[in-house]
Amino acid sequence: MARSFLQAVASEEVTPPLRVIQMEGLAVLKIIKHCKEFSPSLVTGQLLGLDVGSVLEVTNCFPFPIREDDEEIEADGANYQLEMMRCLREVNVDNNTVGWYQSTLMGLYQTVELIETFMNYQENIRRCVCIIYDPSKSNQGVLALKALKLSDSFMELYRNNEFNGEKLREKKLTWVDIFEEIPIKVSNSALISAFMTELEPDSPVEQCDFDRLQLSTSSFMERNLEFMIECMEDLSAEQNKFHYYYRNVSRQQAQQQTWLQKRRTENMARKAAGEELLPEEDPSSPIFKPIPEPSRLDSYLINNQIANYCNQINGVAGQNFSRLYLMKALHEN
Amino acid sequence: MASSKQTVLPFLPSSAGFTARIHPVVLFNICDCYVRRPDQAERVIGTLLGSVSPDGTVEIRNTYAVPHSEPGDQVAIDVDYHHNMYASHQKVNPKEVIVGWFSTGLGVSGRSALIHEFYSREVTNPVHLTVDTGFTDGEASIKAYISINLSLGDRQLAAQFQEIPLDFRMVEAEQVGFDILKTTMVDKLPNDLEGMEASMERLLALIDDVYKYVDGVVEGNVAPDNNNGRLISDALSSIPKMSPAVFDKVFNDKIQDNLALVYLSSLTRTQLSIAEKLNTAAQIL
Repeated sequence: MARSFLQAVASEEVTPPLRVIQMEGLAVLKIIKHCKEFSPSLVTGQLLGLDVGSVLEVTNCFPFPIREDDEEIEADGANYQLEMMRCLREVNVDNNTVGWYQSTLMGLYQTVELIETFMNYQENIRRCVCIIYDPSKSNQGVLALKALKLSDSFMELYRNNEFNGEKLREKKLTWVDIFEEIPIKVSNSALISAFMTELEPDSPVEQCDFDRLQLSTSSFMERNLEFMIECMEDLSAEQNKFHYYYRNVSRQQAQQQTWLQKRRTENMARKAAGEELLPEEDPSSPIFKPIPEPSRLDSYLINNQIANYCNQINGVAGQNFSRLYLMKALHEN
Repeated sequence: MASSKQTVLPFLPSSAGFTARIHPVVLFNICDCYVRRPDQAERVIGTLLGSVSPDGTVEIRNTYAVPHSEPGDQVAIDVDYHHNMYASHQKVNPKEVIVGWFSTGLGVSGRSALIHEFYSREVTNPVHLTVDTGFTDGEASIKAYISINLSLGDRQLAAQFQEIPLDFRMVEAEQVGFDILKTTMVDKLPNDLEGMEASMERLLALIDDVYKYVDGVVEGNVAPDNNNGRLISDALSSIPKMSPAVFDKVFNDKIQDNLALVYLSSLTRTQLSIAEKLNTAAQIL
């Protein structure tokens, strides 16, 4: 534990903080293609690129086959990964892993699995990023790409498994601080740029314009709300866990108090009688056993999810306002 | 393709209805491979993956480069590499099969025929895609060919590359937005509202154009075109006819629904931050 902490401190000193993710258009398109073809099932893949100072370049990527829990297949997956990296190196693609991408449904990505995967990657490579793509949002003409990393203070807590109230207070870590979003830049080679400029259709309207001006978003909103209600239920279950814990703790404290009172009066009597005093603590008694505090990680993640749904609702509602007023203006004309 | 019993030159190819459709990721990958080609290599070649629909449309959906060398008149392809890579791609998406091969450069050469022969053994009727990365004749020419055997009796005379139509409608690229794909550097991805703004501006510009055109026709400056007129009237009639009162009602209802949603989500967020404060601030005595 101490070593990993030291490592964390040491690596922090040498590397400048990660500011920007610079993605090649190729990687963007490949991610979109993969995620969309398999939507609504969720897929992942590996990002390849270079780590240049405070910029992490993502120049290529390759998809993973859909994972199955069989162990044999898992070994197969590892082979596949090595094979792919070897092949790509042969055609001069940067074969340096910089993270992974995954698709998501309705922006739901804040899970324990993501954190675990991130920690795994982080152990092997210094700089790691996770790109999230939401195929359901792209139907509304939004390029829903997000680059995420876990914040350093969160990783430290997670490594040491210290998700109790005291530590969180000490670090001043709130649920907002778990994930850090990193801005994405998109770059293209001059060759691509030339080709695309040539091939761009003359029509002034693009598909994404149609998608953006679509008036019916109620199904998206409904699903958002449904998911949010589910999250709320989870959250209240978590809250109940805490209530239960606090009640138990306060009951235990009351028991300790009465026990202490009894012991003291007993000791007083013993003192009067000139006998040896009994200790004021009894570690063997069950009432002195500390009750384990439930981890706050789950409730933090649920909080994050709810916040995410709120943001989506706000965003879409904002767009709806613009669309409606546009409609009104058109109608009046 | 041509059976040995045919005695006439098969001028009319059996593949008359052949067309190809290319996805943007293919083009991007080919360009990337070309940029990353090994020293002194003149061109890069690779395998095209995709599917063939029953009506003869070839969808080119994916691609990977295959190392090769062309000393003199010979061609050496890394066949192992090709097969390994194909097996890997099959694991991810078994629906994508080999449909042909690509090469950079303009047009086809004698050596292309050799490579084409190799791919003919992998799949019947492979498509050959050429991407002119050198802009030899000043424009981005991307062409697709299929090969047709010219035979006389049972003698093979030659193989001819015949160009087939190529469809460039890149809906996938449109969804991302050409603005992002055609510039060499985009500093920031547009967010929801910025994209909306851009779309609205474009719509406004279009409406302006239509206004100008109609005014021009009315004043006699622009020659009227019946087709344009029909298109405009179609567009106008697609707006549902509603009395102002009904429209107002629908409009206000929608606005109120959305406001309720925004209110709900803000309430939730406030609730979250209060709960957060209470949870972490709660000290055990």
